[in-house]
Amino acid sequence: MLADATLAVMWTGLTCYALFGGADFGAGLWDLLAGNARRGAPQRHLIEHTIGPVWEANHVWLIFVVVLLWGGFSPVFAAVLSTLYLPLTLAALGIIARGAAFAFRKASSGTALRRLFGACFAVSSVVTPFFLGTVAGAVASGRVPPGLAAGDTVTSWINPTSALGGVLAVLACAHLAAVYLCADSVREGDDALADAFRRRALVSGAACGVVALAGAAVLHADAPRLFDGLTHRALPLVLLSAAGGVAGLVLVGRRRYVPARLAAALAVAAVLWSWGAAQYPLMLVPGTTVQETASQSSVLAACLASLGVGAVLLIPSLWWLYHLFQGHDGRSRTESGPAS
Amino acid sequence: MPTRTGPFCVADAVCTAASAATPGDLSAARAQMGFSLAWHIVVACLGVGLPLLTLLTEWRGLRTGDRACRLLARRWARAMGVLFAVGAVSGTILSFELGLLWPGLMGRYGQVIGLPFALEGIAFFIEAIFLGIYLYAWDRLPPRAHLWTGVPVVVAGVASAFFVVCANAWMNQPTGFTEHEGRITAVDPWAAMLNPASPPQTVHMILAALMVASFLTASVYAVAMLRGRRDPYHRTGFLLPFALGAAVTPLQLAVGDWAARFVAANQPVKLAAMEGVYRTGSHVPLTLGGVGGRDGLRYGIEIPSGLSLLIGDSPGTVVQGLDRVPRSRWPAVTGVHWAFDLMVGAGFFLLLMGAWLLLSWWRARRSAGRDLLTLRGTRVFLLLGALTGPAAVVALECGWCVTELGRQPWVVQGLMTVHQAVNPAPGVMAGLWLVLVVYAAMTAATVYVLRRMVTERPVPIAPQERDIEEYPVV
Repeated sequence: MLADATLAVMWTGLTCYALFGGADFGAGLWDLLAGNARRGAPQRHLIEHTIGPVWEANHVWLIFVVVLLWGGFSPVFAAVLSTLYLPLTLAALGIIARGAAFAFRKASSGTALRRLFGACFAVSSVVTPFFLGTVAGAVASGRVPPGLAAGDTVTSWINPTSALGGVLAVLACAHLAAVYLCADSVREGDDALADAFRRRALVSGAACGVVALAGAAVLHADAPRLFDGLTHRALPLVLLSAAGGVAGLVLVGRRRYVPARLAAALAVAAVLWSWGAAQYPLMLVPGTTVQETASQSSVLAACLASLGVGAVLLIPSLWWLYHLFQGHDGRSRTESGPAS
Repeated sequence: MPTRTGPFCVADAVCTAASAATPGDLSAARAQMGFSLAWHIVVACLGVGLPLLTLLTEWRGLRTGDRACRLLARRWARAMGVLFAVGAVSGTILSFELGLLWPGLMGRYGQVIGLPFALEGIAFFIEAIFLGIYLYAWDRLPPRAHLWTGVPVVVAGVASAFFVVCANAWMNQPTGFTEHEGRITAVDPWAAMLNPASPPQTVHMILAALMVASFLTASVYAVAMLRGRRDPYHRTGFLLPFALGAAVTPLQLAVGDWAARFVAANQPVKLAAMEGVYRTGSHVPLTLGGVGGRDGLRYGIEIPSGLSLLIGDSPGTVVQGLDRVPRSRWPAVTGVHWAFDLMVGAGFFLLLMGAWLLLSWWRARRSAGRDLLTLRGTRVFLLLGALTGPAAVVALECGWCVTELGRQPWVVQGLMTVHQAVNPAPGVMAGLWLVLVVYAAMTAATVYVLRRMVTERPVPIAPQERDIEEYPVV
């Protein structure tokens, strides 16, 4: 019971990381594709301005997931991190490069320097979700056995399901970011920019759909247990994800950007929960369950109680943060940010 | 690759697998962890101390209308933004590395130290949220409300440091659980978190963070003043952090003494390495410097019965030596001993600098309100003042080396060695090189960006800083 509750809280944290942190990564991808310094300036300005105040808070969701995994399911943490040593080291370096370069770009002037840091920020924004996606694929396809580095250090994450996970993660981040940035552009009063992100949202959303459909074939061949779970127990969530994705595209098409955000977020969240539903009660496919890897109930209870108390502080604070920077305050964007 | 496992296999696999790592990989893992921690610890200290300095300055600026204070607060907030970002990401890497490099530790004991990390996660979340608000909403909130949004940043920063160091203290004093045949059977997470080593270690660390942030900031302005910039902006930028650091230093020496006595009572081998004590006995001298030989420290300066006096206030106090454990379980004596002596030496240097400040203040008062930075000897004072930042960092790194190297070969004192904890996967050495390259680039970029912030003439003042009239900064 406590173990399931902890797992649910952890999965909620993972969902939040995908929806908020993922969008920040996606914004980095659009930064990469924005074109030369002059042409890409409006997009880059909006991206920097939008994710500047919130990316660090969004990033904390990852730490939240990591510490809950090791506090709640220590053997799983040890197995996953030791076997998937390579992609996780690369993801970690990507996380460093992304965060540091973003802060450096914000604090520096001069085109050459900003271009260097910007490139670093943008490339690592693509690389990081890719490697995290390969990790998800490795766990979902049952390539991480329990024990220390018991799995193959290479084939555990270089395989069809991991590739699917990586590509889908990058595309989903890009789609979320584009949809979110549509509404941000409108709020800043820049309709041309909104149209640019609208096109990007439509293209990336369609790409997500195509890859997801092709992915069904990949999973059928490479991860039959996961495929079975997704087509049976988790089927309602899979359908919900598809419906959310389609609804999001329709809403973006009709320039209804605020509800489109919700639909796109629902589509991505439902993917994660359908994976969870398909795999439950296994933590590591094929034979390691939630119950047998869960920490002592005293630990789980203490962690959950602390998080409950923490939530009382965190939720209003987070609400205030987003309210301050997402609200309609009519100010010009040059006035915010300590280093603009 | 095992394909079918039962409940016992999970625990067994975790408990028995760790032995395949080569000595080279173990060294690489230790080097990588040590390097990334040594890097993070400086930035983390700035993350704890700089918000406090910035808030104090902003508060003074609001109360007195002093332009130098208001502008300093803005400048420090900018630096804080950069430092917090690199601190956040380099801290994240550490949480990864605990699993990537030390899965044996985390697989068995992860749950025991799960609680302080969960609490640290909450504290860090609050810090990140309010830092975003503090930095970016400066002009959207009334000044007093803005000042208050910085308070959670300071409180949460101190709380994060507390929780993380609690987990480290647990590695020195593992309590709060029972272990039966390699399996953890009952955990009291609160007892594990609030283990006996937590009080001295956490207080020592938090004060160290304040000292590092204060003296490093003061150093920057000491250098500027030595270059002739003796205006109120640089004067405040030097004196305010320096005074805070000087006020904390005497407390830190007392806390350090407490921590050392605690180590003497609870980790005698670590203390023996710190002080280079080979043979258990009374009337043990205090040895400064020296090189560890087979039978004792050589070439050191000895103060007769000094250590016995320091530990037990009497020359007859028995101090345990390294002879209590087999040589294979000795930490690297010379390294630990030198790190300890350097830390204490740097601490006394900082104490003397604080005393000099106090004396200058008193002399300036006696000569009818003269500026204390116009007294005779100010140039030497500033020269040495410029060294206080590096000295504080040296003390910080050395102190951390003492606590970590002094515990070797244990990762969890008396229960698990680093060899049992390390990831047996091949290729750890390659990871080390990759990490070194990325950190070298990040170090260069951080220093470059911060230097430009200091040296670049911030004119015209950024649009959001219109409330401060243009001030001749350079």
